Amino acid sequence: MLEIEIDGKQVTVEDGSTIMDAATKIGAFVPHFCYHKKLSIAASCRMCLVQVEKAPKPLPACATPVTNGMKVWTRSEQAVKAQKGVMEFLLINHPLDCPICDQGGECQLQDLAVGYGGSQSRYEEEKRVVFNKNLGPLVSTDMTRCINCTRCVRFTTEIAGQMELGQAFRGEHAEIMPFVEKTVDSELSGNIIDLCPVGALTSKPFRFSARTWELARRRSVSPHDSLGSNLIVQVKHDVVKRVLPFENEDINECWLSDKDRFSYEGLNSEDRLTVPMLKQDGVWKETDWQTALEFAANGLRKTAKQNGPDSIGALASPHATIEELYLLQKFTRAIGSDSVDFRLRQSDFRADGFREGAPWLGMPISEVASLNRLFVIGSFLRKDSPLLAQRVRQAAKRGLHVSAINASAEEWLLPVKNRVLTAPSAIVPVLLQVVAALAAEKGVNAAEHLGAAIPATVSDEARAIAQSLASGRKVAVWVGNLAVQSEYASEIQQLAEEIARLTGGVFGVIGEAANSVGGYLAKAVPLVGGLNARQMLEQPRKAYLLLNAEPDLDFANPALAQTVLGAAPLVIALSAFKSPSLLAAADVLLPIAPFTETSGTFVNCEGRAQNFNAVARPLGDTRPGWKVLRVLGNLLEFEGFDQNDSEAVAAEALAEGSRPDLGNRLYGLEFKFAGQTAAGFERVSDVSIYAADPLVRRATSLQKTRDAKAPVACASTATLAAIGVASGARVRLKQGQGAAEVLIVADDSVAANCVRVAAANAATAALGAMCGEISVERV
Amino acid sequence: MLSQESLQQIDREIAKYPPDQKQSAVMSALRIAQVEKGWLPKEVIEFVADYLGMPAIAAYEVASFYNMYDLEPVGRHKITVCTNLPCALSGGVHAADYLKEKLGIDFNETTPDGKFTLKEGECMGACGDAPVLLVNNHHMCSWMTKEKIDQILAELEDK
Ligand code: SF4
Ligand code: FES
Ligand code: FES
Repeated sequence: MLEIEIDGKQVTVEDGSTIMDAATKIGAFVPHFCYHKKLSIAASCRMCLVQVEKAPKPLPACATPVTNGMKVWTRSEQAVKAQKGVMEFLLINHPLDCPICDQGGECQLQDLAVGYGGSQSRYEEEKRVVFNKNLGPLVSTDMTRCINCTRCVRFTTEIAGQMELGQAFRGEHAEIMPFVEKTVDSELSGNIIDLCPVGALTSKPFRFSARTWELARRRSVSPHDSLGSNLIVQVKHDVVKRVLPFENEDINECWLSDKDRFSYEGLNSEDRLTVPMLKQDGVWKETDWQTALEFAANGLRKTAKQNGPDSIGALASPHATIEELYLLQKFTRAIGSDSVDFRLRQSDFRADGFREGAPWLGMPISEVASLNRLFVIGSFLRKDSPLLAQRVRQAAKRGLHVSAINASAEEWLLPVKNRVLTAPSAIVPVLLQVVAALAAEKGVNAAEHLGAAIPATVSDEARAIAQSLASGRKVAVWVGNLAVQSEYASEIQQLAEEIARLTGGVFGVIGEAANSVGGYLAKAVPLVGGLNARQMLEQPRKAYLLLNAEPDLDFANPALAQTVLGAAPLVIALSAFKSPSLLAAADVLLPIAPFTETSGTFVNCEGRAQNFNAVARPLGDTRPGWKVLRVLGNLLEFEGFDQNDSEAVAAEALAEGSRPDLGNRLYGLEFKFAGQTAAGFERVSDVSIYAADPLVRRATSLQKTRDAKAPVACASTATLAAIGVASGARVRLKQGQGAAEVLIVADDSVAANCVRVAAANAATAALGAMCGEISVERV
Repeated sequence: MLSQESLQQIDREIAKYPPDQKQSAVMSALRIAQVEKGWLPKEVIEFVADYLGMPAIAAYEVASFYNMYDLEPVGRHKITVCTNLPCALSGGVHAADYLKEKLGIDFNETTPDGKFTLKEGECMGACGDAPVLLVNNHHMCSWMTKEKIDQILAELEDK
């Protein structure tokens, strides 16, 4: 520890701290532009000059290490003179036209210029002009305003993991740019807008649509991935204009993924369902709430009476709130049916009934930083959980060794020490080998229930993973979306648990959606013999309740979901949006509020319940989903549907003792791996980042990014040769009844004998299950 | 993209650094590429970056920072005049003006016959000899005078 004095105040700081760190500690503000606590030190702007005793000239606070007994003045005459001098230089080339700049009112340069700038410029020569760059659909540029702080460059390199921007040329001619004609395609790109201290990088969707002081700021929670990023939603006249991060060091730090940041555009989409609608004789008519609700209630009553309550099933999106999920299951159970599920994209439910509790990450998100071994099984980590991947990326810089097994080796922009690429059906055999190697390594036996399945021989790849994990001090084994959605989800989880046990590590499930943990806690799963999401479609019901899910895009088997829901006599859909598939399948559409227009709760992957309030008034006749379900309960005269507010629902749902605990262990589940591999090609499905839920699918700017390009099928060069088509050819994919025509391209990051084709896309919605056999024909 | 010979030269440069720091060879690699191609089109910069396992923009930063790298085609002879302070004080700017007048071109331009390109350079570390100019990145001409410039141009004219 070092003792120093800043502006006359004593402060003790850790060795290696800078003057900036020390000043922050005592709350002394040192003006700065290039310094950012999460980025490396560039010391390029010189705004942070301070006076240091015995130093012959002012020193940059952000880059000067503290020494014991140092005396610093941040506001002395010398310091302020230096700071003002730097400001004058910065303003030489900066346009002085804040009224026409989109950053006006929230610009660090503007703010600091008030304190340190002159009221008049002494500069009369020509100012420099820098041409704008096209960075893509999300970030707008005004490069003449750039002060070359390089925060954006350091962000892409250090946090996003790929240097997509650089500072080319030199001196007065220095310019920030992507490589010639490239755009910034990172899934974290929006953060450079926040980082840019001036108006050089601004939000394209938000551009010139409001001034910062016109916006009301309200806190919320992201409804997308399982991280639950904290948001500040900015609203003008009840319209969400912009979303910014709310800093929470435990969850999203100061970042947001582009999905969290720009999905708000979907809220204002033309697809919004704003009035209840009824289908009569095949024709959709707008109606009032009373009529719609009575129609729904009567329909359910009649179905239960005629076909028994078991003929009714409820299917909910994992992006729904705790309140909605809880009341939906309560309502379904009050009818007398146990068939309720929110795991729409899963296909293996054999572990149900054997679970210790709700599957979760197994550890706090912030502890990723202290891991030193991580094994990621079946995950598209970077696109499925961008900010979790970011944490892994930072941990990898500090010595975390990452191993991975997946059917498709997407680029994670972080070092992966051991990577096994294999078909989904072959993940289990490889994991068994890892278990065998680990048991040998540790000189113990594998768990009894695995007994006979443990192989005698182990591949080098599996041994390398086992050795890496065995040498770990703090180990985690994570199971990702592909694994959880695969047909072998139970075996994969059993083996992940065993690998974690053998290494003394943590077994975690990353989780697909904002409420992937919450759905279990809210008991939106069958508990006493009811049907799960898959069974409800394989054994068609007479009536369905659909909560925020679209038949063609939100199910493991979209072809089946569309057929079955289309044929069901009664489908009651609660949804924020209307879509052709909903209009085709449903009989009544009840407009419910998206996350910005209702209060609610999401439980993120670390098991943290985060509640939020509505930030805007519901659009049109829209109502919060939990209220609609409560009224439905009242109409059917069920007990326990008299909560006054969403907090009461949440309190009931999450009450200690009645909800399940968090827990990943599987008790007493027999290990039955049939071991057969598919005869033909195997399908590998990712849900592309901007297609995962109804809201983001309607976010227009995100839909223009590279990540939202129309899906093509991908297969390795060898697989393409086996199929007998060239890369770039058009092929017909077939699964069961379903078929789709797409382009196929060579991609050697896809496992042999597999065809990777994205789910949750209109182009592939006619296909069957996300996993399993698929045939390919040239057209 | 590059000839076998150039690649071999680049490999020799790479071998001077630890295997995980291949990109340290970027300046040599760009130089070798430029010698072969005459200048550095963006495809060549990207190729060099890929070859060294570094982001293309990082190689572009280097190629655009140092003005011995040419991001646009140049004439047969490239003349770079230093106009930084010590040279400027000793007549560098006048020398440049004289060159411009004689060749009929401005900085960053090439004569219509493709023989000469004129560039403005940064300090070449030879301020004691100011004003200086550099011919084709290799040959330095110190204490420039009009006579000296005439002589150089005449020599180059014949090459
Ligand atoms: S664009 Fe903004 S963040 Fe990037 S260097 Fe310029 S001022 Fe800094
Ligand atoms: S903040 Fe210290 S030099 Fe920029
Ligand atoms: S200023 Fe011209 S060589 Fe140094």
